[in-house]
Amino acid sequence: MWQWFHRLGSPQRFYRLAGTVSTALMVAAAILAAAGLYYGLVDSPADYQQGESVRIMYVHVPAAWMSMFIYMVVAASSLVVLVWRIKVADAFARASAPIGAWFTFLALVTGSLWGKPMWGTWWIWDARLTSELILLFIYFGYIALRNAIEEPETAARAAAILALVGVVNIPIIHYSVEWWNTLHQGATVTKFDKPSIHLSMLIPLLLMAFAFKFYYLAIALRRARSLVLEREKGSRWVREMFGGTA
Amino acid sequence: MNPKQKNRLIIIGLVGTLLAAAVALVLVALQENINAFYSPSDIVKGKAPIDRTLRVGGLVVAGSVKRDPQSLKVGFDLTDGAHQVRVTFSGILPDLFREGQGIVAQGRMRAGVFEADEVLAKHDENYMPPEVQDALDKAQQQGVIDQLRMPHGEGAQ
Repeated sequence: MWQWFHRLGSPQRFYRLAGTVSTALMVAAAILAAAGLYYGLVDSPADYQQGESVRIMYVHVPAAWMSMFIYMVVAASSLVVLVWRIKVADAFARASAPIGAWFTFLALVTGSLWGKPMWGTWWIWDARLTSELILLFIYFGYIALRNAIEEPETAARAAAILALVGVVNIPIIHYSVEWWNTLHQGATVTKFDKPSIHLSMLIPLLLMAFAFKFYYLAIALRRARSLVLEREKGSRWVREMFGGTA
Repeated sequence: MNPKQKNRLIIIGLVGTLLAAAVALVLVALQENINAFYSPSDIVKGKAPIDRTLRVGGLVVAGSVKRDPQSLKVGFDLTDGAHQVRVTFSGILPDLFREGQGIVAQGRMRAGVFEADEVLAKHDENYMPPEVQDALDKAQQQGVIDQLRMPHGEGAQ
Protein backbone atom coordinates (compact mmCIF):
# COMPACT_ATOMS: atom_id res chain seq x y z
CA MET A 1 0.00 0.00 0.00
CA TRP A 2 2.64 2.50 1.07
CA GLN A 3 4.88 1.48 -1.77
CA TRP A 4 2.04 1.96 -4.24
CA PHE A 5 1.32 5.34 -2.69
CA HIS A 6 4.90 6.46 -3.08
CA ARG A 7 5.14 5.18 -6.61
CA LEU A 8 2.06 7.16 -7.55
CA GLY A 9 3.84 10.14 -6.08
CA SER A 10 6.44 9.93 -8.79
CA PRO A 11 5.47 12.51 -11.42
CA GLN A 12 6.55 10.33 -14.32
CA ARG A 13 4.44 7.35 -13.28
CA PHE A 14 1.52 9.57 -12.43
CA TYR A 15 1.68 11.21 -15.86
CA ARG A 16 1.47 7.87 -17.66
CA LEU A 17 -1.18 6.30 -15.45
CA ALA A 18 -3.40 9.39 -15.29
CA GLY A 19 -3.72 9.54 -19.08
CA THR A 20 -5.03 5.99 -19.40
CA VAL A 21 -7.27 6.09 -16.33
CA SER A 22 -8.74 9.44 -17.36
CA THR A 23 -9.92 8.13 -20.73
CA ALA A 24 -11.53 5.06 -19.16
CA LEU A 25 -13.30 7.20 -16.55
CA MET A 26 -14.56 9.58 -19.21
CA VAL A 27 -16.17 6.74 -21.16
CA ALA A 28 -17.76 5.36 -17.98
CA ALA A 29 -19.06 8.84 -17.06
CA ALA A 30 -20.62 9.32 -20.51
CA ILE A 31 -22.43 5.96 -20.35
CA LEU A 32 -23.67 6.56 -16.80
CA ALA A 33 -24.80 10.10 -17.60
CA ALA A 34 -26.71 8.93 -20.68
CA ALA A 35 -28.47 6.23 -18.64
CA GLY A 36 -29.04 8.57 -15.69
CA LEU A 37 -30.51 11.33 -17.87
CA TYR A 38 -32.79 8.88 -19.67
CA TYR A 39 -34.09 7.31 -16.47
CA GLY A 40 -34.21 10.65 -14.67
CA LEU A 41 -35.91 12.77 -17.33
CA VAL A 42 -37.99 10.19 -19.21
CA ASP A 43 -38.48 6.96 -17.36
CA SER A 44 -38.82 7.98 -13.70
CA PRO A 45 -42.19 9.01 -12.23
CA ALA A 46 -43.18 12.52 -11.20
CA ASP A 47 -43.23 13.21 -7.47
CA TYR A 48 -46.45 12.92 -5.42
CA GLN A 49 -46.05 16.50 -4.21
CA GLN A 50 -43.67 18.28 -6.49
CA GLY A 51 -44.78 16.87 -9.84
CA GLU A 52 -42.34 17.18 -12.71
CA SER A 53 -40.17 19.77 -10.94
CA VAL A 54 -38.62 16.94 -8.96
CA ARG A 55 -36.44 16.14 -11.99
CA ILE A 56 -34.18 19.08 -11.12
CA MET A 57 -33.06 16.82 -8.28
CA TYR A 58 -31.15 14.55 -10.68
CA VAL A 59 -28.71 17.39 -11.37
CA HIS A 60 -28.97 19.41 -8.18
CA VAL A 61 -28.33 16.68 -5.63
CA PRO A 62 -25.31 15.05 -7.36
CA ALA A 63 -23.83 18.52 -7.95
CA ALA A 64 -24.22 19.38 -4.27
CA TRP A 65 -22.67 16.07 -3.23
CA MET A 66 -19.75 16.68 -5.59
CA SER A 67 -19.20 20.19 -4.26
CA MET A 68 -18.48 18.68 -0.83
CA PHE A 69 -16.74 15.52 -2.05
CA ILE A 70 -14.28 17.49 -4.18
CA TYR A 71 -13.60 19.80 -1.26
CA MET A 72 -12.68 16.80 0.87
CA VAL A 73 -10.37 15.59 -1.90
CA VAL A 74 -8.70 19.01 -2.04
CA ALA A 75 -8.34 18.98 1.74
CA ALA A 76 -6.96 15.42 1.87
CA SER A 77 -4.46 16.23 -0.89
CA SER A 78 -3.51 19.37 1.01
CA LEU A 79 -2.77 17.31 4.11
CA VAL A 80 -0.49 15.09 2.02
CA VAL A 81 1.19 18.23 0.64
CA LEU A 82 1.80 19.68 4.09
CA VAL A 83 3.00 16.50 5.76
CA TRP A 84 4.72 14.49 3.02
CA ARG A 85 5.46 17.28 0.49
CA ILE A 86 4.33 15.16 -2.45
CA LYS A 87 4.09 17.33 -5.56
CA VAL A 88 1.57 15.16 -7.36
CA ALA A 89 -0.88 15.62 -4.48
CA ASP A 90 -0.49 19.37 -4.88
CA ALA A 91 -1.16 19.14 -8.60
CA PHE A 92 -4.28 17.08 -7.91
CA ALA A 93 -5.61 19.56 -5.35
CA ARG A 94 -4.92 22.46 -7.68
CA ALA A 95 -6.60 20.65 -10.58
CA SER A 96 -9.66 19.78 -8.46
CA ALA A 97 -10.46 23.20 -6.98
CA PRO A 98 -11.99 24.89 -10.05
CA ILE A 99 -14.07 21.78 -10.79
CA GLY A 100 -15.35 21.83 -7.22
CA ALA A 101 -16.17 25.53 -7.54
CA TRP A 102 -18.17 24.85 -10.70
CA PHE A 103 -20.12 22.03 -9.07
CA THR A 104 -20.87 24.33 -6.12
CA PHE A 105 -22.06 27.00 -8.54
CA LEU A 106 -24.20 24.42 -10.36
CA ALA A 107 -25.74 23.24 -7.08
CA LEU A 108 -26.58 26.83 -6.10
CA VAL A 109 -28.07 27.71 -9.49
CA THR A 110 -30.15 24.54 -9.87
CA GLY A 111 -31.22 24.88 -6.25
CA SER A 112 -32.39 28.40 -6.94
CA LEU A 113 -34.29 27.27 -10.05
CA TRP A 114 -35.91 24.54 -7.98
CA GLY A 115 -36.65 26.84 -5.04
CA LYS A 116 -38.75 29.29 -7.04
CA PRO A 117 -41.50 26.85 -8.13
CA MET A 118 -41.44 24.74 -4.94
CA TRP A 119 -40.72 27.07 -2.05
CA GLY A 120 -41.81 30.26 -3.73
CA THR A 121 -38.44 31.99 -3.54
CA TRP A 122 -35.15 31.98 -5.43
CA TRP A 123 -33.10 32.43 -2.32
CA ILE A 124 -33.37 32.45 1.44
CA TRP A 125 -30.58 33.05 3.93
CA ASP A 126 -31.07 29.79 5.74
CA ALA A 127 -28.17 27.79 7.15
CA ARG A 128 -27.95 25.26 4.30
CA LEU A 129 -27.96 27.78 1.45
CA THR A 130 -25.64 30.18 3.22
CA SER A 131 -23.06 27.55 4.15
CA GLU A 132 -23.05 26.24 0.57
CA LEU A 133 -22.45 29.80 -0.66
CA ILE A 134 -19.57 30.09 1.82
CA LEU A 135 -18.13 26.90 0.30
CA LEU A 136 -18.10 28.62 -3.09
CA PHE A 137 -16.23 31.58 -1.56
CA ILE A 138 -13.72 29.23 0.07
CA TYR A 139 -13.05 27.67 -3.34
CA PHE A 140 -12.58 31.17 -4.78
CA GLY A 141 -10.20 32.03 -1.96
CA TYR A 142 -8.19 28.87 -2.54
CA ILE A 143 -7.88 29.49 -6.27
CA ALA A 144 -7.07 33.19 -5.79
CA LEU A 145 -4.42 32.48 -3.15
CA ARG A 146 -2.71 29.96 -5.41
CA ASN A 147 -2.60 32.40 -8.28
CA ALA A 148 -1.45 35.28 -6.11
CA ILE A 149 1.81 33.59 -5.11
CA GLU A 150 4.50 33.21 -7.77
CA GLU A 151 6.71 30.66 -6.08
CA PRO A 152 5.10 27.18 -6.49
CA GLU A 153 6.25 25.69 -3.15
CA THR A 154 4.97 28.64 -1.11
CA ALA A 155 1.75 28.80 -3.11
CA ALA A 156 1.14 25.09 -2.51
CA ARG A 157 1.67 25.33 1.25
CA ALA A 158 -0.33 28.52 1.76
CA ALA A 159 -3.25 27.18 -0.25
CA ALA A 160 -3.07 23.83 1.54
CA ILE A 161 -3.45 25.56 4.92
CA LEU A 162 -6.45 27.49 3.63
CA ALA A 163 -8.00 24.27 2.30
CA LEU A 164 -7.59 22.52 5.66
CA VAL A 165 -9.08 25.44 7.58
CA GLY A 166 -12.07 25.40 5.23
CA VAL A 167 -12.88 21.80 6.14
CA VAL A 168 -14.88 23.05 9.17
CA ASN A 169 -17.53 24.22 6.72
CA ILE A 170 -18.23 20.73 5.36
CA PRO A 171 -19.95 19.22 8.44
CA ILE A 172 -21.76 22.54 8.86
CA ILE A 173 -23.22 22.20 5.37
CA HIS A 174 -24.21 18.60 5.96
CA TYR A 175 -25.76 19.03 9.40
CA SER A 176 -27.17 22.55 8.89
CA VAL A 177 -30.60 21.10 8.18
CA GLU A 178 -30.56 19.20 11.49
CA TRP A 179 -28.94 21.76 13.76
CA TRP A 180 -31.09 24.71 12.77
CA ASN A 181 -34.50 25.50 11.36
CA THR A 182 -33.99 25.77 7.64
CA LEU A 183 -36.28 26.05 4.65
CA HIS A 184 -34.18 23.37 2.97
CA GLN A 185 -35.42 19.89 3.85
CA GLY A 186 -33.36 17.25 5.64
CA ALA A 187 -31.21 14.52 4.12
CA THR A 188 -32.94 11.93 1.95
CA VAL A 189 -30.12 9.54 1.06
CA THR A 190 -27.00 10.51 3.05
CA LYS A 191 -28.19 9.37 6.46
CA PHE A 192 -27.98 6.18 8.48
CA ASP A 193 -31.67 5.48 8.02
CA LYS A 194 -33.18 3.91 4.95
CA PRO A 195 -33.30 6.46 2.10
CA SER A 196 -36.70 8.13 1.99
CA ILE A 197 -36.92 8.06 -1.77
CA HIS A 198 -38.69 5.56 -3.99
CA LEU A 199 -36.41 3.10 -5.78
CA SER A 200 -37.56 4.29 -9.22
CA MET A 201 -36.15 7.73 -8.36
CA LEU A 202 -33.15 6.56 -6.37
CA ILE A 203 -31.67 4.62 -9.31
CA PRO A 204 -31.40 7.59 -11.73
CA LEU A 205 -30.14 9.73 -8.85
CA LEU A 206 -27.32 7.32 -8.09
CA LEU A 207 -26.52 6.87 -11.80
CA MET A 208 -26.12 10.63 -12.11
CA ALA A 209 -24.08 10.77 -8.90
CA PHE A 210 -21.60 8.22 -10.24
CA ALA A 211 -21.54 9.91 -13.66
CA PHE A 212 -20.59 13.21 -11.97
CA LYS A 213 -17.98 11.49 -9.83
CA PHE A 214 -16.30 9.76 -12.76
CA TYR A 215 -16.46 12.93 -14.83
CA TYR A 216 -14.77 14.85 -12.04
CA LEU A 217 -12.01 12.25 -11.64
CA ALA A 218 -11.43 12.13 -15.40
CA ILE A 219 -11.13 15.91 -15.72
CA ALA A 220 -9.10 16.31 -12.52
CA LEU A 221 -6.58 13.67 -13.61
CA ARG A 222 -6.26 15.32 -17.00
CA ARG A 223 -5.71 18.74 -15.48
CA ALA A 224 -3.32 17.41 -12.84
CA ARG A 225 -1.40 15.68 -15.61
CA SER A 226 -0.75 18.89 -17.48
CA LEU A 227 0.14 20.69 -14.24
CA VAL A 228 2.71 17.96 -13.50
CA LEU A 229 4.09 18.24 -17.00
CA GLU A 230 4.43 22.01 -16.74
CA ARG A 231 6.13 21.81 -13.38
CA GLU A 232 8.52 19.08 -14.50
CA LYS A 233 9.30 20.67 -17.85
CA GLY A 234 13.01 20.91 -17.07
CA SER A 235 13.36 17.29 -15.96
CA ARG A 236 14.92 14.50 -17.89
CA TRP A 237 11.87 12.29 -18.40
CA VAL A 238 9.88 15.10 -19.97
CA ARG A 239 12.65 16.02 -22.36
CA GLU A 240 13.13 12.41 -23.30
CA MET A 241 9.41 11.94 -23.88
CA PHE A 242 9.40 14.75 -26.39
CA GLY A 243 12.50 13.48 -28.16
CA GLY A 244 14.87 16.07 -26.73
CA THR A 245 18.32 15.24 -25.43
CA ALA A 246 18.88 14.96 -21.71
CA MET B 1 6.92 8.35 8.24
CA ASN B 2 10.03 10.15 9.43
CA PRO B 3 10.03 12.26 12.64
CA LYS B 4 9.71 15.50 10.71
CA GLN B 5 6.58 14.32 8.94
CA LYS B 6 5.19 13.01 12.21
CA ASN B 7 5.72 16.43 13.82
CA ARG B 8 3.93 18.18 10.97
CA LEU B 9 1.01 15.78 11.28
CA ILE B 10 0.79 16.38 15.04
CA ILE B 11 0.86 20.16 14.58
CA ILE B 12 -1.86 20.04 11.94
CA GLY B 13 -3.94 17.77 14.17
CA LEU B 14 -3.59 20.13 17.15
CA VAL B 15 -4.37 23.27 15.19
CA GLY B 16 -7.29 21.50 13.54
CA THR B 17 -8.75 20.44 16.88
CA LEU B 18 -8.45 23.95 18.30
CA LEU B 19 -10.04 25.43 15.19
CA ALA B 20 -12.94 22.97 15.29
CA ALA B 21 -13.51 23.75 18.96
CA ALA B 22 -13.48 27.50 18.27
CA VAL B 23 -15.98 27.16 15.42
CA ALA B 24 -18.21 24.92 17.54
CA LEU B 25 -18.27 27.58 20.28
CA VAL B 26 -19.14 30.31 17.80
CA LEU B 27 -21.96 28.24 16.33
CA VAL B 28 -23.38 27.43 19.74
CA ALA B 29 -23.26 31.12 20.64
CA LEU B 30 -25.04 32.02 17.41
CA GLN B 31 -27.52 29.15 17.71
CA GLU B 32 -30.67 31.25 17.81
CA ASN B 33 -29.59 33.69 15.12
CA ILE B 34 -28.87 31.02 12.55
CA ASN B 35 -32.40 29.63 12.61
CA ALA B 36 -34.29 30.67 9.51
CA PHE B 37 -37.59 30.77 11.38
CA TYR B 38 -39.23 30.52 14.80
CA SER B 39 -41.78 27.88 15.76
CA PRO B 40 -45.32 28.73 16.91
CA SER B 41 -44.23 27.61 20.42
CA ASP B 42 -41.45 30.22 20.40
CA ILE B 43 -44.03 32.91 19.63
CA VAL B 44 -46.62 31.75 22.16
CA LYS B 45 -44.00 31.40 24.88
CA GLY B 46 -42.56 34.82 24.06
CA LYS B 47 -39.15 33.52 22.99
CA ALA B 48 -39.42 35.18 19.59
CA PRO B 49 -38.79 38.93 19.12
CA ILE B 50 -42.38 39.65 18.08
CA ASP B 51 -41.89 43.42 17.91
CA ARG B 52 -40.08 43.20 14.57
CA THR B 53 -40.27 41.29 11.27
CA LEU B 54 -39.61 37.60 11.72
CA ARG B 55 -40.32 34.24 10.16
CA VAL B 56 -42.48 31.56 11.66
CA GLY B 57 -42.55 27.98 10.39
CA GLY B 58 -44.87 25.05 11.04
CA LEU B 59 -47.55 22.82 9.60
CA VAL B 60 -50.83 24.20 8.25
CA VAL B 61 -53.58 22.86 10.50
CA ALA B 62 -56.09 20.76 8.55
CA GLY B 63 -59.45 22.48 8.23
CA SER B 64 -58.15 25.86 9.35
CA VAL B 65 -57.66 27.47 5.93
CA LYS B 66 -60.21 30.24 5.31
CA ARG B 67 -60.16 32.05 1.99
CA ASP B 68 -61.90 35.37 1.37
CA PRO B 69 -63.93 34.87 -1.85
CA GLN B 70 -63.64 38.58 -2.76
CA SER B 71 -59.85 38.90 -2.58
CA LEU B 72 -56.61 37.01 -2.26
CA LYS B 73 -56.82 37.14 1.52
CA VAL B 74 -56.32 33.86 3.28
CA GLY B 75 -56.03 32.85 6.91
CA PHE B 76 -54.83 29.63 8.48
CA ASP B 77 -53.43 28.17 11.68
CA LEU B 78 -49.82 27.11 11.92
CA THR B 79 -48.79 24.46 14.41
CA ASP B 80 -45.66 22.72 15.63
CA GLY B 81 -47.62 20.08 17.49
CA ALA B 82 -47.60 21.96 20.78
CA HIS B 83 -48.90 25.46 20.01
CA GLN B 84 -50.74 27.26 17.24
CA VAL B 85 -50.49 30.69 15.67
CA ARG B 86 -53.08 32.28 13.40
CA VAL B 87 -51.57 33.59 10.16
CA THR B 88 -53.16 35.94 7.65
CA PHE B 89 -51.78 36.57 4.19
CA SER B 90 -52.83 38.44 1.10
CA GLY B 91 -51.24 37.21 -2.10
CA ILE B 92 -50.49 34.17 -4.18
CA LEU B 93 -49.59 31.07 -2.20
CA PRO B 94 -46.91 28.68 -3.49
CA ASP B 95 -48.07 25.56 -5.33
CA LEU B 96 -47.11 23.27 -2.49
CA PHE B 97 -49.31 25.13 0.00
CA ARG B 98 -51.96 22.80 1.38
CA GLU B 99 -53.34 21.58 4.67
CA GLY B 100 -50.81 19.55 6.59
CA GLN B 101 -47.94 21.07 4.58
CA GLY B 102 -44.92 22.64 6.26
CA ILE B 103 -44.64 26.34 5.43
CA VAL B 104 -42.55 29.33 6.48
CA ALA B 105 -44.23 32.74 6.71
CA GLN B 106 -42.45 36.07 6.98
CA GLY B 107 -44.15 39.05 8.58
CA ARG B 108 -44.93 40.35 12.06
CA MET B 109 -47.34 39.89 14.94
CA ARG B 110 -50.24 42.34 15.13
CA ALA B 111 -52.88 41.90 17.83
CA GLY B 112 -52.14 38.22 18.35
CA VAL B 113 -52.31 37.40 14.65
CA PHE B 114 -49.28 36.88 12.45
CA GLU B 115 -49.62 39.11 9.39
CA ALA B 116 -47.47 37.55 6.70
CA ASP B 117 -46.14 39.39 3.68
CA GLU B 118 -44.45 36.31 2.24
CA VAL B 119 -45.37 32.63 2.48
CA LEU B 120 -42.87 29.95 1.47
CA ALA B 121 -43.57 26.24 1.22
CA LYS B 122 -41.22 23.78 2.85
CA HIS B 123 -41.14 20.34 1.31
CA ASP B 124 -39.99 17.23 3.11
CA GLU B 125 -37.22 14.83 2.25
CA ASN B 126 -39.54 12.11 0.91
CA TYR B 127 -39.74 11.44 -2.79
CA MET B 128 -42.13 8.94 -4.34
CA PRO B 129 -44.45 8.52 -7.30
CA PRO B 130 -48.11 9.61 -6.82
CA GLU B 131 -49.35 6.00 -7.15
CA VAL B 132 -47.33 4.98 -4.13
CA GLN B 133 -48.87 7.79 -2.08
CA ASP B 134 -52.35 6.75 -3.26
CA ALA B 135 -51.69 3.17 -2.25
CA LEU B 136 -50.41 4.30 1.13
CA ASP B 137 -53.47 6.48 1.71
CA LYS B 138 -55.78 3.65 0.76
CA ALA B 139 -53.99 1.19 2.99
CA GLN B 140 -54.12 3.65 5.85
CA GLN B 141 -57.83 4.24 5.39
CA GLN B 142 -58.50 0.54 5.57
CA GLY B 143 -56.24 0.42 8.57
CA VAL B 144 -54.51 -2.61 7.16
CA ILE B 145 -50.80 -2.08 7.07
CA ASP B 146 -48.39 -0.05 9.06
CA GLN B 147 -45.21 -1.94 8.40
CA LEU B 148 -45.37 -1.42 4.62
CA ARG B 149 -45.30 2.36 5.00
CA MET B 150 -42.52 4.31 3.44
CA PRO B 151 -40.70 6.43 6.03
CA HIS B 152 -43.24 9.16 5.52
CA GLY B 153 -44.76 11.49 8.01
CA GLU B 154 -42.32 11.57 10.89
CA GLY B 155 -39.82 13.66 8.98
CA ALA B 156 -42.37 16.14 7.77
CA GLN B 157 -42.43 18.27 10.88
